[in-house]
Amino acid sequence: MSPTEATPVHAPDLTPRQRTTYEQPQGAAARSRREARRRRLPLLPAMVLVVVATQLPFLVTIIVSFMDWNALRPDQRGFAGLDNYVSVFTNASTRSAVWTTIVLTVVVVGVSLVLGTLIALLLDRKFLGRGAVRTMMIAPFLVVPVAAALLWKHALLNPSFGLFNGVLTWVWSLFGSSSPPQVAWLQEYPLLAVEMSLIWQWTPFMMLIVLAGLQSKPLDVVEAARMDGAGALQIFRYLTFPHLRRYLELGGLLGSIYIVQNFDAVFIMTAGALGTANLPYTIYATFFQRQDYGLASAQGVVVVIGTIIIATFALRVVSSLFDEENAR
Amino acid sequence: MAARRRAGTASLIVAGLTVALAGCAGAGGGSSDGGAAAGGDASGDSAGGGGEVSVIMVNNPQMEDLQTLTEENFTAETGITVNFTVLPENDVRDSIATDFSAQAGQYDVATISNYEVPFFSSNGWLANLDSYVEEDAEFDQGDILEPIADGLRGEDGSLYAQPFYGESSFLMYRADVFEEAGLVMPENPTWDEVAALAEQADGVRPGMDGICLRGQSGWGQVFAPLTTVVNTFGGTWFDENFDAQVNSPEFVEATQFYVDLVTAHGEPGAANAGFTECLNAMTQGGVAMWYDATSAAGSLEADGSPVQGLMGYAPAPVKETDSSGWLYSWAWGVQESSTNKDAAWEFISWASSQEYEELVAEELGWARVPAGKRASTYENPEYQEAAAAFYEQTQQAITSADPLDPGVQPRPAPGIQFVAIPEFAGMATEVSLGVSAAIAGQTTVQEALDNGQQLAQEAGEANKE
Repeated sequence: MSPTEATPVHAPDLTPRQRTTYEQPQGAAARSRREARRRRLPLLPAMVLVVVATQLPFLVTIIVSFMDWNALRPDQRGFAGLDNYVSVFTNASTRSAVWTTIVLTVVVVGVSLVLGTLIALLLDRKFLGRGAVRTMMIAPFLVVPVAAALLWKHALLNPSFGLFNGVLTWVWSLFGSSSPPQVAWLQEYPLLAVEMSLIWQWTPFMMLIVLAGLQSKPLDVVEAARMDGAGALQIFRYLTFPHLRRYLELGGLLGSIYIVQNFDAVFIMTAGALGTANLPYTIYATFFQRQDYGLASAQGVVVVIGTIIIATFALRVVSSLFDEENAR
Repeated sequence: MAARRRAGTASLIVAGLTVALAGCAGAGGGSSDGGAAAGGDASGDSAGGGGEVSVIMVNNPQMEDLQTLTEENFTAETGITVNFTVLPENDVRDSIATDFSAQAGQYDVATISNYEVPFFSSNGWLANLDSYVEEDAEFDQGDILEPIADGLRGEDGSLYAQPFYGESSFLMYRADVFEEAGLVMPENPTWDEVAALAEQADGVRPGMDGICLRGQSGWGQVFAPLTTVVNTFGGTWFDENFDAQVNSPEFVEATQFYVDLVTAHGEPGAANAGFTECLNAMTQGGVAMWYDATSAAGSLEADGSPVQGLMGYAPAPVKETDSSGWLYSWAWGVQESSTNKDAAWEFISWASSQEYEELVAEELGWARVPAGKRASTYENPEYQEAAAAFYEQTQQAITSADPLDPGVQPRPAPGIQFVAIPEFAGMATEVSLGVSAAIAGQTTVQEALDNGQQLAQEAGEANKE
């Protein structure tokens, strides 16, 4: 129904002058659009730059992904059609990299969320030295990823002088044994070792987010529930946990984005050996070790598309983060 | 013009992939940017001097010594400013391959090796050094050890790089432990004898394993020693016609032997142990033997090393062949598109000279001399005295290595612990993942090599005429 039709029905006794006043918003809208455009104009170069800087490289990557281009064979460069994409999907090592990426992400995000929540629940209580404990708990997240990977590889997991085997030796010696088990962690449990180092780094992050959620919890509601006779478990189950849901989802989302892209831990601790090569490492190996620009680009494009599909699905369907916006 | 456009496209792609990789290449990129920036500054300072050279090199100790000695000696003498970019081995290879393949000319000189020279030169990325060598009588090309110089020639027979130092491989062992346990190292050990010795030496001292062998994945890690074992067991990566032989009985037997030996009597966590881990194990008394690069002896015999003077050295163990040491050299190559070729040669001529070795000896001691390239080094009485424990074995290992005929059958491309074709690095790295997995017990040798056969065949096809 347009306003011109509606006007006589709902406001039959308006004077022509009043009618003009009524229509004025349209002109104002046009003016404010012009105004907005004028204000945006100085921003245009910056926006073009952003588009060029972010989208052009991706466009070039897409073009290269259809090319036969190995930098070490300059004379054989040409158009490859879908060959690179075919080898992305048929290559066994790419498929296992997809699987490794999924396992790594799910395990690391899941475990660090659970641990982070437990620690946050403990830190939410008041006790002496809470500030100091909180700072220490955050420390692993502040370590540079490369340094953390090196620390785990050499200081903790080394079979001869690592801390883990040292502790085993010590514990066994308490019981008078001189032949403690000396586990070659990176060789026997390579993926677990990488996961442990990442969980160690990401638990503090999850803890911070959940702690923020806990501290924004309205205390009067909890008090009311307690008055009504709810126990600690019931309060957690029906009040705290639903309140935390959005924070847990945010932690899970941010964590997943970073763990899917993880490179440092895999590169340094195992160099992609023993089934730990994830997608970023595989693309790195294709690009820098094989110098196969075409195939590496195709792998990159597939990863980006896959990530977009999964992220969209997770955000729109499963997550409650955007609920408010959709309801509006 | 075409070259410049190609360089532009290549750097765009690099930028694009850097975005896609979410910072994977951050470290390498950042460092080379730093190098370039430093170059800019330096050119301002040295205006009117003897020009400048940009050098990208690996961060090995010998190169770091070179960096500290350059300004006071080379630059002071010639007025040529040298801008160094120093990166770890893997990163340096990546950066060099990217810069040279685009002929971007960011670096004039790069540390390459006898692996890259054959195909870098046939792609036209390296400057021909013949005329420089001819005009520079002082350089004395005749003094360069023949096997090393041969590895740095292109298909056309011209020289495309000059060595900074060279190495072969040999067996290092704890002479004191052997004596204590009543073990005798044969003069020319076979692999079967070494396996028996490893079994006897395993556990002679508490916590001491029989032998350290690299098991870490990577073409330059596990496959460096393993390929020499394959060679002497009668195997090869490719036959004459570039058909892959990776799951041939000899290749499988050699790999099975290697995996069994390191699993039964090797260092703990062998699937993750590379050169550095073995060097550590050897110096800390964790192993009785170690088969690896001759250049490791310098570290074992250095002042302050706990095993200084306790080591014995034997030639690389053999089976079917008379010798089996590998051959490798870190060498200086000049980029074809470089505009500072004359200055670049002056730098190379100085860094690879006998005079430079003497300078290092004078300033830092004979143990740190970048040896293994010049015959005169091994005739020098001072070096003979300083490196008495290992210099003869090193020289013999280098001169007895034959990169063109390292096994029992004719080869399609040069190389002992590698095959000098562009596809080798990527292919062998992927195959090495299987070997590492076999050492860790995740897969069998046969399975890993059957998979490797397929990868190698693909790489071979690309090289068939």
